[in-house]
Amino acid sequence: MSTENTPTNGSTTATALAESPREKLTKKAITADHPTWCPGCGDFAVLASYYKVIEKRQLDHEKIVTLAGIGCSSRFPYFVNGYGAHFIHGRAVPLASGISLARPDLHVFLFGGDGDGFSIGGNHLNHGARKNVNLTYFIMDNFVYGLTKKQTSPTSPIGFKSKTDPTGAIDQPVNPMKQLISAGASFVARTHATQVNHMIQMIERAMDHQGFSVIECLSECVEFFPGAFDPANPRKGGAFSLIDEKKYDNTPEDELRHDVTDELAAYKLAQLPFPGVFGVFYESDRPTKNALEKKWIDTTREKLGNPTDLQLLQKTFDRMK
Amino acid sequence: MNETSTSVETDAPNSKDDPTAPRGSIATAPSTGPASDRADLRPENINDAVIRLAGDSQDGIQSAGAFLARLAGRSAQDVMTYMTIPATISGGPSIFQVRMGTGEVLSAGDEADFLVAFYQHSYQDHIGCLKEGGVLLYDSDNVAPDLDDKRFVYVGVPITGLTVEALGGTAKDKGKNIFILGLIAKIFHLDVDKLKALITEKFAGKDESIVNTALMAFQAGYGYPVGNVLTKQYRFEPHVPKEGERAQITMDGNQALAYGLIAAGVRFGAGYPITPWSSVMEILRSELPKYGGLFVQAEDELGAVSLALGFSFSGYLAVTGSAGPGISLKTEAIGWASMSEMPLIIINVQRGGPSTGLPTNVEQSDLFQAIFGGHGDSPRVVLAASTVEDCFYIAIEAARIARKYSTPVFILSDTSLATRIEAFDEPELKDLMIDPTLDLTPRPVGFKPYAVDQITQHVPPGARMLDGKYPLVSGLEHDEMGHPTGSPKLHMAMTAKRRNKLRQLAEEIPVPEIYGDQDGGTLLVGWGSTYGPIHDAVKLARENGEKAGALHLRHVHPLPNGLEKIFARFKRIVVVEMNDQGIYGFGQLATILRARFCEPKIESATKTDGLTFRVKEILERVFEGRSFAARKIPREGLAIVHTGTAPENVKSLKEVVPQGVG
Repeated sequence: MSTENTPTNGSTTATALAESPREKLTKKAITADHPTWCPGCGDFAVLASYYKVIEKRQLDHEKIVTLAGIGCSSRFPYFVNGYGAHFIHGRAVPLASGISLARPDLHVFLFGGDGDGFSIGGNHLNHGARKNVNLTYFIMDNFVYGLTKKQTSPTSPIGFKSKTDPTGAIDQPVNPMKQLISAGASFVARTHATQVNHMIQMIERAMDHQGFSVIECLSECVEFFPGAFDPANPRKGGAFSLIDEKKYDNTPEDELRHDVTDELAAYKLAQLPFPGVFGVFYESDRPTKNALEKKWIDTTREKLGNPTDLQLLQKTFDRMK
Repeated sequence: MNETSTSVETDAPNSKDDPTAPRGSIATAPSTGPASDRADLRPENINDAVIRLAGDSQDGIQSAGAFLARLAGRSAQDVMTYMTIPATISGGPSIFQVRMGTGEVLSAGDEADFLVAFYQHSYQDHIGCLKEGGVLLYDSDNVAPDLDDKRFVYVGVPITGLTVEALGGTAKDKGKNIFILGLIAKIFHLDVDKLKALITEKFAGKDESIVNTALMAFQAGYGYPVGNVLTKQYRFEPHVPKEGERAQITMDGNQALAYGLIAAGVRFGAGYPITPWSSVMEILRSELPKYGGLFVQAEDELGAVSLALGFSFSGYLAVTGSAGPGISLKTEAIGWASMSEMPLIIINVQRGGPSTGLPTNVEQSDLFQAIFGGHGDSPRVVLAASTVEDCFYIAIEAARIARKYSTPVFILSDTSLATRIEAFDEPELKDLMIDPTLDLTPRPVGFKPYAVDQITQHVPPGARMLDGKYPLVSGLEHDEMGHPTGSPKLHMAMTAKRRNKLRQLAEEIPVPEIYGDQDGGTLLVGWGSTYGPIHDAVKLARENGEKAGALHLRHVHPLPNGLEKIFARFKRIVVVEMNDQGIYGFGQLATILRARFCEPKIESATKTDGLTFRVKEILERVFEGRSFAARKIPREGLAIVHTGTAPENVKSLKEVVPQGVG
């Protein structure tokens, strides 16, 4: 299988243009439709952080892929000028996995909300994590269904009054960090939409990580769950407590710091009562599905002597004669 | 069996000059006791035999049957098999029927010439399928047949005991299947060296002792003095190769689909296990990496179709597949593929439905689901494979259409095609193979993937947009760049655009050829795996003085243009299909044809017993009240026409409009 460009008529100029020096990728170049979110929505800050990261890292414009499922936050791809897909509810993880597995040259970013990720897409989240497909998944968690106007979400706290729980939610909410760690995600982090610098740091670390990297971002729904995340917002009198990661500086205080490769320690941090702590909970360098599949492909082909497709299929048919 | 040469008993003149001359028949007297060794007898020439092996699923009768089928293919004999497998994990009755012939074999045969019964229940359940004068070969350790029934020839062999004896204690009666194979090889004078080579190949790579055990079992069966009990032996007429004849390859329908996809340049896919689709994904999972591709076993059906759409989005046309229940689960994502105009191949190996239904039986009841499944107006293409050979070529046709029209394409197969082994002419691979390439050519200024007046061109990520404006792919109604719109005008325009490309496709679909009479009498219309029995039925009907023709549809949706002209020429049109007549009295294709052509002549002949159509059943339904002479159906017949993918049209396959999807 070749991945070279297929020459088409009159492509000489086009090729020349493609090889021409790139202009600097600016925020303007990657901005598309004006967001449809309500004024004050936490998701604006996520979008701004994403633009910042792309600008800072100067990724190749045509290699950025922005994907989403369904929900308020999943409108994300429309606001980014770049390749993208707005998929069906809950299934964006396998869609993104297909893209990542077939095209290692692309930067695969996936955006979604708590309903899309933890409810209708819960199975795919777990298996994407287990398979450790190389992609970055940013979950904007607002503890409520916003697009459908205030129903209980899988992360709504017990007692939350919604249109589907008029006397208060009674079901135990999902703990995203615990679920992701136990499902096998190899990079698990948590941030807050009001903390833009922290958010940018997390996105950058997630995209540099090889494997299934997930960031949960508390992103307030000002319309249906205002004030939900004030306890973690210093400007609203809350506390934004950061995870103190090990620095490996041989100091006595380093002993007490969090080892991001320690799964049990990460799990303990995830058990802290709301609003909990922020930063990288867990990071592991176990091999990605992308790498394992590639290894299998390479060794298989090498064993066969790297034949052409025609030689291979002809040989198979010869055995069936 | 069709005997075509002098038999020992009748000593008739050379019957090759007159194929309809009466034949000497097999002695019907039960041969119960040992007689003198009759090995000195000359074998009788035959050109067609139906052998049914009936046992339990763990007896390995499928592999014994498969050896016979492979041998037939290797001897350039035509072959068709039919099998049932129980849905239980281990155990349960199972059959494998092989029909081998020197001419072309279209169906697996209504009645068996030769029945091998491993157990009493095998005998009881299948003796009704043995034709009068046929041979019952039974395991006398397990079966006590009614020897007073003088219609059949009885050959009792202590199969279990002899197998255990031959192989020693540890193998128990495993190996009975190979013992039987040896016995059949003796009775039918099969090519022992070729069979032994097949057995050795089959177990190659395994422990040498396994090959030896298998060969010992074979030898024991072959060496059994069957001449003591069976007074006749047979020999297939040698196949006389025609000039330019291609080698035969032997495979089942699922293999043909998988290798057809590979030939078509499909290198990525995803699926979830379900009977009877699983073997397609098993083959692709181990084969695609050899071609630099990948098949992923997903967490569920929704994940599988989504992964496949991810592969297609990334620029490589991908495949997903399942059986009915899994297709139901994939339906929402297939609607997204219609909306976003994403190329995708969806294989449905149909089984009995609804719900879990009859997992190991055959039915053609997912046609509506394929054409209409899902919400909204979501056009897609539906193709139906008619034979094992066609499974191979239809995969290529599906890929061609998916790429050219940027659309989801269904391939309908079914349990009978999936499990049936057929021999067919080796495809000319060098003309068929397509090398998938990513089209990352920069797109010019003003490029619009969803231009209203053009067929959509999906652009894979990685291709630069020279005006800096990148397209989106969306499940929302969208404008020409893929951005969402609520404009009533645009929704109308885009709905029409998605539908019109199928009208455009219909223009290029060849009108199917009619087999048999071209006008006047009864036209039998079919789709899918009923191809063989319908054509056999037409053949037999015509020999009995009926005017009849057969029309078989490969492109079911959209239908080829011009069918109305064909329908106008016939007095009656009967659509034969394996599904229910529904509350209005018409099967699924019949309903669609009536709706499409408003043709009151269209009748419907359906059945829902979960078994393939017998020729007799079709005739009974189509020509009610008429009885047909119970003559052997002649074997010669028409070649299967793969219109559009026939070798002479192969060039057009490569004229795939670059759509950005390799």
